[in-house]
This record gives sequence, C-alpha cells and structure tokens, in this order.
Amino acid sequence: METIGKSIIRKEALDKVTGKAKYTGDYQSSSMLHAKMVISPYAHAKIKSINIQNAWKVQGVRGIVTGQQVPLVGEAIQDRPILAQDKVRYHGEPLAVVVADDPILAKRAADLIAIDYELLPVVNSPSEAIKPDTILVHEHLDCYKRAKHITPIPGTNIASRFKIRKGNMDKGWRESNVIVEDSYSFTPSDHAAIETRCSIVEIRSDESIIVSSSSQAPYMIKQLMSMYFGIDMGKVIVNTPLVGGGYGGKAAVQLELIAYLASKAVGGRKVKLENTREEDIITSPCHIGLDAKVKLGCSKDGFIKAAEILYLFDGGAYSDKGIDLSRAAAVDCTGPYHIENIWCDSFCMYTNHPYASPYRGFSHSELLFAFERTVDLLAEKLQMDPFELRYKNAILPGHTTPTQTKLNHSNIGNLRACIDRAKELSNWDEGQMVEVDKRFVRVKGASCIWKTSTIPSNASSGVIITFNKDGTLNLMSGVVEIGTGTKTILAQILAEYLKMNVDHIFVRMDVDTQTTPEHWKTVGSRGTFMAGRAVLEAADDTILQLKSVASCVLRTSIDDLIVANSRVFLRDDPTVGLGFEELAYGYTFENGNSIGGQIIGRGNYILRNITPLNPETGAGNPGPEWTVGAQVVEVEYDRRDYTYKLIKATSVIDIGKVLNEKAARGQVTGAMSMGLGFAARETFRLDQLGRVLNHQLRTYRPIHFGEHPEYAVGFIETPQLDAPYGARGVGEHGILGMPAALGNCLSLASGVSLHQLPLTPELIWREREGKSDLI
Amino acid sequence: MGLASITLQINGENRVVAIREADTLLFVLREKLGLTGSKPGCLNGDCGACTVNLDGWPMKSCLILAVETAGHYILTIEGLKNTRIQEAFVEEFAFQCGYCTSGFIMNGYSLSQLYPHAHSTQIQEWFESNICRCTGYEEIEKAIRRVLNENNNL
Ligand code: FES
Ligand code: FES
Repeated sequence: METIGKSIIRKEALDKVTGKAKYTGDYQSSSMLHAKMVISPYAHAKIKSINIQNAWKVQGVRGIVTGQQVPLVGEAIQDRPILAQDKVRYHGEPLAVVVADDPILAKRAADLIAIDYELLPVVNSPSEAIKPDTILVHEHLDCYKRAKHITPIPGTNIASRFKIRKGNMDKGWRESNVIVEDSYSFTPSDHAAIETRCSIVEIRSDESIIVSSSSQAPYMIKQLMSMYFGIDMGKVIVNTPLVGGGYGGKAAVQLELIAYLASKAVGGRKVKLENTREEDIITSPCHIGLDAKVKLGCSKDGFIKAAEILYLFDGGAYSDKGIDLSRAAAVDCTGPYHIENIWCDSFCMYTNHPYASPYRGFSHSELLFAFERTVDLLAEKLQMDPFELRYKNAILPGHTTPTQTKLNHSNIGNLRACIDRAKELSNWDEGQMVEVDKRFVRVKGASCIWKTSTIPSNASSGVIITFNKDGTLNLMSGVVEIGTGTKTILAQILAEYLKMNVDHIFVRMDVDTQTTPEHWKTVGSRGTFMAGRAVLEAADDTILQLKSVASCVLRTSIDDLIVANSRVFLRDDPTVGLGFEELAYGYTFENGNSIGGQIIGRGNYILRNITPLNPETGAGNPGPEWTVGAQVVEVEYDRRDYTYKLIKATSVIDIGKVLNEKAARGQVTGAMSMGLGFAARETFRLDQLGRVLNHQLRTYRPIHFGEHPEYAVGFIETPQLDAPYGARGVGEHGILGMPAALGNCLSLASGVSLHQLPLTPELIWREREGKSDLI
Repeated sequence: MGLASITLQINGENRVVAIREADTLLFVLREKLGLTGSKPGCLNGDCGACTVNLDGWPMKSCLILAVETAGHYILTIEGLKNTRIQEAFVEEFAFQCGYCTSGFIMNGYSLSQLYPHAHSTQIQEWFESNICRCTGYEEIEKAIRRVLNENNNL
C-alpha cells in the first residue's frame, strides 16, 4: 500500500504551529456582544428571588435573561431548564445570563445580580440517591418528555435502569468453587480540554439561527435546537471550526442554548459566550462518577462461571447523556471474557452533582476499573498469574457477549494475541514485583479492555468529493477535527483508493451543517470507520464519473479503463489516457464541444444490523465490532510514604489495521496519559454540601509534562472485514484499562486492596492505617 | 472605564493600542490586536497555553498586565516563522488538537535560544508549566530534544 500505514503529516499541521489555526473563541468582530453567566454557588437550593435591577445599571448592558419561560431540554429525558427555574440542582448550574458590549461589563453586571437561596439537603452520591425515602433531585419526574425506551422511576432518583440477564445464575454459582465480591467507587471528574467551551450565536431576521461552537456534535445542535425552539431544521446553521480537544465533553449541547437565549434577548445580535475554566469544569457537563459492586465466581482451574454486577452511575443533576453512558456500561459490563451466566443492573442516578457527558471511553474505563480489579482479586485467591487468568477466559469468536451477540472473526479482535504481546512489551515475565532496595519496589499491574460503540442504529455519515480544475480534489465530511487527525486519515483512505498522491487532496477542516454532509457525531472512535466507508463509496462514484467521460473521449468501454496517479487510462496501454485535469470540469474536444461537467462524488454509510436491546434481558446487537486490548502499568512504589512514580505504561490493541502509524500511536499514548491522570489524581473534591472544591487547573491537576511515564505501544491487526482496510476504532482504547491496571498495581504494591479512585498516596495511607473514615 | 493609549513592540512592529490598566497582555493580544495564536486556557497561570516571549523569556501572558510590557520586546507565535522548533513539532506529531501548541512552541523556542544545550532537568523544569491534554507528552519531548540535539551537533 502506498499511503495507508504511513505517518502522513496532518493536513492542518502548519496552521497549528504558526498560531493561524482558528478555534471558536478566536473569532471576533466589532458587532459582537459578550455574555456572562451567573452560576449557582450551591448544589441544591430553592431560588427564592432573583434581583436584576442593579445589573441593569451597568452601562453597556444590553440584555439579561433568567430562567423564567425557558424550555426544558435534555437528550433522553427533557429534565433540564436551560437556566435554572425554581431550584438549583448542582454547584455551578447557570441561573442567568447577561449580555453586554464587552466581557468585562457583562461580568461586572452578572456579579450584581442578587439571588436569594434557601438551602436544601443534598444527594451526594449515587448510593445515597438509591436509598428509599431519600431526598429527590427531581420531584416531577413523571411530567418530563422523554425518549420512547427510557423509563425513569417517578418518586425515586432513578433516571434509567438497564438490565443484562444472560444464562442461569444459579447454575453459574453452583459451578463456582471460588467466589470474590467487592465494591468500588469514585466521584465525578472532568475532561479538562485546554480549549474551554465557547459558542457564538446570532439570529437573522428570517429567524434562522447561526451558531458557531466548539462542539463534537454540530448536527446534534442543529437537530436539538430545531426541536427545542420549534424552528425549521434548515434554519439552524451550525459551524464548527477546529476544536481544542473534546474527549466526549463537547458532545453535549448546553452553551449553544444559553447563547441562543442571550442573542434572542438582544434582538438576535451576535453574542459570544465563552466558559471560564471554572465554568468549564463545573457548569458544563463533566466525567461521570460510579459506585459499583462486582461478584465473580470461577471453577478451581480458573474458568469464570458467573458474574453479578451492579453499576450505579452518578449522572448528576440532569440525565442528558448519563442514560446512554449507563446503557453502554451494561452492554460491555464484564470486560472481554467468555462468561455464560451474567446478571447486571446498570442505573443512571440523579444526584446533586454536575451532570455527566460522554468521556473518552464512554463509561468503559469506569466499569473496567470495577470489573478488572475484581478479576485480580480472583487471580489472587486462585494464586494464579493475573494475565494467565485473563488469557484463559479471553472472549473468542464463537462466544457471545453479555448482550448475547454472537462473535465472529471480524467483529472481535484477538485478545490472546494482545495479552502475549503486552507481556513481552512490559517484560511481564520478570515478575510483577521487583525489589529495588529496602525502600523502593517496582510493581506491575494488568488489565484487559474491550469496547463497542453503542451509537444509534441509524447513525450515518456522508462524504462529498469535488474537483478543482487542475485535477486536485476537495474532500468534505461532517467529522469534526477535534485533534484525532481523522480528516487526514480520510484523505489517506481516498488517496490509497484512487492510487493518487495524498498532497493533491485538500480537506475541508471546518464543518458547516448547511453545506457539509452529515456525520452523526464525532465520538466513539467511529469517525474513521463510518466516514471512511462513505469515502470509499464517494470514491467509487467519482471513479465511475471519470471513467464514463473518459470512455466517450477514448471511445472505449469503461471496463477497459483504470484510474491511478490522477489519470484515467487504458488497461492494456497506459500511455493512452487522460489526466484528471482534462476531466475534472468536463472534457472539451478540439472543436469546442464539451461533455461532462464538474465531477462531484458522493458517498454515505449507515450502520447496519444494529438493534435495540431487550428491556428485560439486554439481548440485542449494540454495535458494529469490539476492539480488544491488554494493558500494563508499572510504577516505582515508595514503601516509606506510599508515593509512587509512573515508570512505564504499555498498551497492545487490536486495531484491525494501522492507517497512520504515528497518529495511531499518538492516540493511544494520549489516551493512556489521560487515563493515568484519571486513575492517579483527577477527581472532584466534594464537600458535604455537594460543592466542587477544586474547579481550577491548579487544584484539579491533569498530568503535566515530565510526569509522564515511558510508553510502549503495540498493535495487533485482525481486520474488521466491513471497515475501510480493516481498521478498527482506536481513539479511546488507550484509556480504558489504565485505572484498573494502576489499581491492580498499587494494591499489590501496598498490600491492601484499593477500591477507590483516584489512587493517591493518601488513599493508600488511609486504607493501610484503617483510617478510611477520615476526610 | 478609562482607556490609555500605549505602544507595544510586538513581533517587530510598534502597535498603538488603547487599553484599560487592568487588561492583561493576553486580553490585549487577542481582543485588541487580533493575535489569537496565544490561547486562554485558564487565565490563572496554570496551563501555559498563553505563553509568549518577553525579551526572549517565556511569559504567561494571562499573568502580566499589558501596561507592564510597554518598552519590552514581545514575541508571539505569529512572529515565529520557519523555526526549527516549529518544524520539529510537525515532524514528531507533537500535537493533536493544537490548542496547547503555541504555548509549548514559545516555551521551547525560548529554551533553545537561551540554553541551546539544555539538559534533561532543565527541559523538565521549563515544560512542567504547560499542559497538553491530547498527547502523552512523548512526542513533545522528542520534538524539543530533537532541536536541542541538533544544537549540540553544531
Ligand atoms: S491561560 Fe495563561 S496559563 Fe493558562
Ligand atoms: S494538542 Fe490538544 S492540548 Fe495539546
């Protein structure tokens, strides 16, 4: 292959190293007004009064909106007022928005809005939320509009419940000689993309809404705004320039709606609303938290016979995407193992925490922490090497998933090959514990991973290829360039297929929902698969058009023509042919007669054979394929003070086919880094009133330069037969096993079983000294 | 709101701009001069995305007032053309979303100018002020080392 597999430089690279790359917040104009939000200082409180009089006195204030008469919104259940009404349900919830001539005036006025609250008791964890007779986050759950298959339970804090019932649990426990059971928990945390979210909205005189937003889901914004505000879909036009990191956090629709209200309040003038870091962390949706219980049984020789699992997700104050997240966790509830008897309940619970949006891995790094820690407990009890136990139980073609989906050689990767390679790369066989000296020890922990993408059964992706007169091509796709380099990879796929130079393909980077064909959402590592398939179809369409014009000119059948090197030529005599430049805008004969016209290729792809899950058993086909992998984390642990240093992180992932070597490695190491941050120290520190105490990057600290470990990355290539060149998704998978592997590693190192995240030295100290009750 | 007119020396040009005394350099660069290559990530000195050079030294532009920079030589990412550090970032795939990139490059440019033979501890100290959420830092480290190594071979 010529282009596939090569480390082609990303198309927007030069712009990104010269400061020319434009993100939403970089757009400005003198006609633009600026908005600032007023956010709640409390997690649960009645709003007794809002006084905006003093705010109006600030010169340059053009509009103020509060939560009266705003529609309820939300993706699965419409439970969220765009601005809080009657009560606030989380710390950081927006209550009002002020529009002014510049951001400083807007902020000054926002600070003058006086709000009287009456504090209410808070629901501070999903375990608290599910207790009978507890405080309710939503008193009128039965009154909300909701999607068909969603069943919140009024009078409780349950937003949704998904069930997996596979096999026969009694049989499973009967066959089990060894049983382990434990609980796990962690509070919500954040995506912390370096670009904070930003939206710019203006309303034209014909009511059309022009939105610019740092979003992973411009087409969703279009669809939801049209629905929420009753505006024709064609009148909502969403533009997304480059996005400064998404990781799922920018797949939720929130700021766009507030900016729309703000613009409406000033007669449709253009209004910019940009999150501060603090707002980005607490006001906008966060990374979901979880309380989990896992019970596993296996035979004497280590074959897992039964798994009983309870996931209580901390969906926060509003259900939005939390429901889908808890559904995805049910789908892959066990990790990549062959288990015949599975019982799982996965709940999305309302609490008084910031609400959740997707986060890289879509609830898999979370559930795998609970599940893979328990697998290690099982290995310990069996006195078996953790990888040996995983290898034994690895899920294989012919087995079924928890959703009873039958696996074959295409829809599941090769886990055993991943384990073997991960053992090599991490030097596993030297032993999990290697003494350095009396004080330090080097320790390794392992985890296996898997994931399918539970996106809607009718999600689709479209691509358009147009020609320039000189025979070069333009590629347009609705995939948002959030940093994953997908658009460059699409160009590589196209270049490979047309056998042409990738430099002659120009990629449109920004997305405009009016002119760019739709790509459902840039999430779930599905960009390459879906848009890639659409590229192939569009390429076929293009080839056909090129050949049909060329066949006229060359007086031959199109079957005798070949397309390569930007030419169409005779199969048996390549010297006879036409260049793309002669065909791109139609062919002109010597006498001036012309045929053809601009060549415009089109292609689309829709997921096939995806089915909803049976509400009682979870049986169904949730996604197109499962990517699998094996990971290891190695640390140097200090026995004196329980601190540790990350030494090495290893990932081996069955990626199907490596399309761009360096880009793929970068996706995996980046995801590992994020996963290690989540595992080691990222969490919301919540006080008893449910307030987030660390909403700055100084106190909420992602991994910084120099704290990163050495990375080892390996790829296995088991092709997914229906994917472009066999490639599977890889954008998320590096993160999935990091919390579990680090948890397994530190539990072994410290000699106490660790069940919470983040895995701080303080946590180890508390567990070791039995001081777990101390805050 | 009183505005004062000052002259800033940016990327080799004298720019006259009306500012409030409380305006940070980052705010003035972005909102008044259209130099949006320097990014706001936290406005609190925590992320490094806003890093520019002041008389050759890296400076977080969210932490300095524009008035303080009059009379100093300011270099932003827009003033950097065809430098080795920019090329190395491209060659090593040292960015994904690119939002942190200007800050890292400005920091790296200063380091390679001031300490062309910087050692590991120095690299560590200089860059721990910057956050990149997309990469695992491996590629960034490679890009920086590549430039410094080339200096060593000169
Ligand atoms: S914006 Fe200046 S350090 Fe983050
Ligand atoms: S490249 Fe996205 S934050 Fe560094």
